[in-house]
Amino acid sequence: MKTVQTSASSTYSASPVQQQVVRSLKKRHRQEKLFRFAGMTAVGISLLLVALLFINIFSKGLPAFWQHGIELEIHFDPAVVKISEQPVLQAGESPQAFEQRHLAWRSEVGMVNFNRLIQDALLKVIPDGAQHRRDLARIVTSGERFALRDRVIANPAIIGQTQKLFLLTDANIDVWLKGNIDRSLPDEKQQLSPKMREWVESLKAEGVIQNRFSWALFMNPDSRSSLASAGLAGAFMGSLYMMLIVILLSVPMGVAAAIYLEEFAPKNKFTDLVEVNINNLAAVPSIVFGLLGASIFIGWFNLPMSAPFVGGLVLSLMTLPTVIIATRSTLKAIPPSIRQAALGLGASKTQAVFHHVLPLAIPGILTGAIIGVAQALGESAPLLLIGMKSFVASVPSSAMEQSTALPVQIYLWQGNELRNFFEARTSAAIIVLLGLMLTLNGLAIWLRRRFEVRW
Amino acid sequence: MTTAKVNEAGQKIKMTARDVKVFYGSNQAIHGVDMDIVENEVIAFIGPSGCGKSTFLRCLNRMNDTIDSCRVTGEIALDGQDIYAPSLDVVQLRAQVGMVFQKPNPFPKSIYENIAYGPKLHGLASKKSDLDDVVESSLRRAGLWDEVKDRLNQPGTGLSGGQQQRLCIARTIAVSPEVILMDEPCSALDPIATSIIEELITELKQNFTIVIVTHNMQQAARVSDRTAFFHLGNLIEIGGTNDVFTNPTQKRTEDYITGRYG
Repeated sequence: MKTVQTSASSTYSASPVQQQVVRSLKKRHRQEKLFRFAGMTAVGISLLLVALLFINIFSKGLPAFWQHGIELEIHFDPAVVKISEQPVLQAGESPQAFEQRHLAWRSEVGMVNFNRLIQDALLKVIPDGAQHRRDLARIVTSGERFALRDRVIANPAIIGQTQKLFLLTDANIDVWLKGNIDRSLPDEKQQLSPKMREWVESLKAEGVIQNRFSWALFMNPDSRSSLASAGLAGAFMGSLYMMLIVILLSVPMGVAAAIYLEEFAPKNKFTDLVEVNINNLAAVPSIVFGLLGASIFIGWFNLPMSAPFVGGLVLSLMTLPTVIIATRSTLKAIPPSIRQAALGLGASKTQAVFHHVLPLAIPGILTGAIIGVAQALGESAPLLLIGMKSFVASVPSSAMEQSTALPVQIYLWQGNELRNFFEARTSAAIIVLLGLMLTLNGLAIWLRRRFEVRW
Repeated sequence: MTTAKVNEAGQKIKMTARDVKVFYGSNQAIHGVDMDIVENEVIAFIGPSGCGKSTFLRCLNRMNDTIDSCRVTGEIALDGQDIYAPSLDVVQLRAQVGMVFQKPNPFPKSIYENIAYGPKLHGLASKKSDLDDVVESSLRRAGLWDEVKDRLNQPGTGLSGGQQQRLCIARTIAVSPEVILMDEPCSALDPIATSIIEELITELKQNFTIVIVTHNMQQAARVSDRTAFFHLGNLIEIGGTNDVFTNPTQKRTEDYITGRYG
């Protein structure tokens, strides 16, 4: 359209001034085209990079959501599972005493050789297994014996029964069947013995070994002895506790501080100083907050290491400036005419803020808070310094128990020796983390729409 | 505290200002203004941009308090009581001296909520039915009732500019103030909406004392009983509107009115 105007005006522009304008127009249009082209190129390159990242992560990570396992007829043989009766609470017995007896019984169940049950069941599907006991013992991942133990503890009546169970195979078998091991390598370089490879291939063909959705990835904590059953549950719960603490601490504190600074605080040197420092804090590298947390919360207050509570405190400190800055800029954007209208009617300053300014600011405040929380969710550096990178093989049941966090779990898995199994696992964990982030950001958008007041 | 002061013409004086000076930081915006505002009159402040007429208006209900750097000296009294006295509660003052702003600024809430907010704030209506009455009578007095009675629950921001300004006037009179300050209430409105508001001002005069700042000299001539001319922070001339417009005593007033500057 603009080029049409140029040519049209050039036909009846007689005066030298008009000719000059037409000449300069050409240059201006060229500059505009160039700028648009540069902008589109930049957008294109960024989209390409994001697409590459996602393709890489998803192509690596998605297969890890399915995992190979073997379907076995487990016979809970009373000859192997020789345990006493499950204790019941007796009349007049104190709960502590009962718990004591129950604990003793549970450890008795733990002493049972559940591997034996698994091997007996394996022999039924692998006829020549008895000649290769060592290989046979490596088919099912070692953690599955605890799954059998937990079944017996949950229901001792299954002793003597036969149950069809799906047990995870060893991590190397999973990798082999997914085709991530070079099959042309000589035997001495293979993780699996020739016999095992032969078994696994035929069991897979028979449908005894199947690739099923991996609940272990979500339900289990991390594991180092039984790699195939390593899961994200511990890290997920740790991250969840920390998010709760961050939301409970940094959001109310940040919003209150921002409201005070923006609406009530006198404008003087001191508040200027506070403002400069808040902006500086937002720019402080996150690892510094980790050092601070290690020395104050753990060093002075003697809070436990590796606890999500401490992690949450550190991340709250880190999120606080973000929340304050976002809230202040939202409050600044509320037109002063609304405040004046309320004041003119005789509302006090507090009433004007809480009745009129704050409701209008809520969408912006929520967006800022959620973006701050999402940032905290993805943070790993400060957590390393307060000990949350330690290996924890249980799901924390409170915020004071040792735990790790999703980004740290990604870091830990990334460094695992069994590369070709954990490469996929790591990408799967990244997908879970990204999913959480997208959920949070989606929530922010939804809340913004929900509370937005139309003018 | 004195009550019922009267001027030489025997009119009751609502507000008095004596030697009012206003400073923004080190800048002096008002240089000692003396003025009496008579009860139930419409007094117009005119003058070129930046002459201090709005600043002086905002002193009358202490809206200047919201500006940190602003400092007011001198004495302003409402019914003989100093409104800058430390014992005076500014919230009470603003309930007595209401304000309508240049740009219509309804709350982004329903029409009903806009009117009901002030009465609820001051506890003027305890029951829902009382509140309904206040809303209806305020809207009626602002001449807006017939236009909005079927959509009281719709946002006030959805009204036209002129309707929004009348909504703001209704909102102000819902708290039953004694004085209404209007800061160029028609500058954002078209001529038809302006004439409706001007008629409204003439009606409201019976119950309220109205101080109006305007850029529009015809408007001042149409609606006001008295006119005050400000220039460079000084009150140059104050008198009956007819006198000021037809027979100004000051050269600067005459120059401004005849369009020599401004």
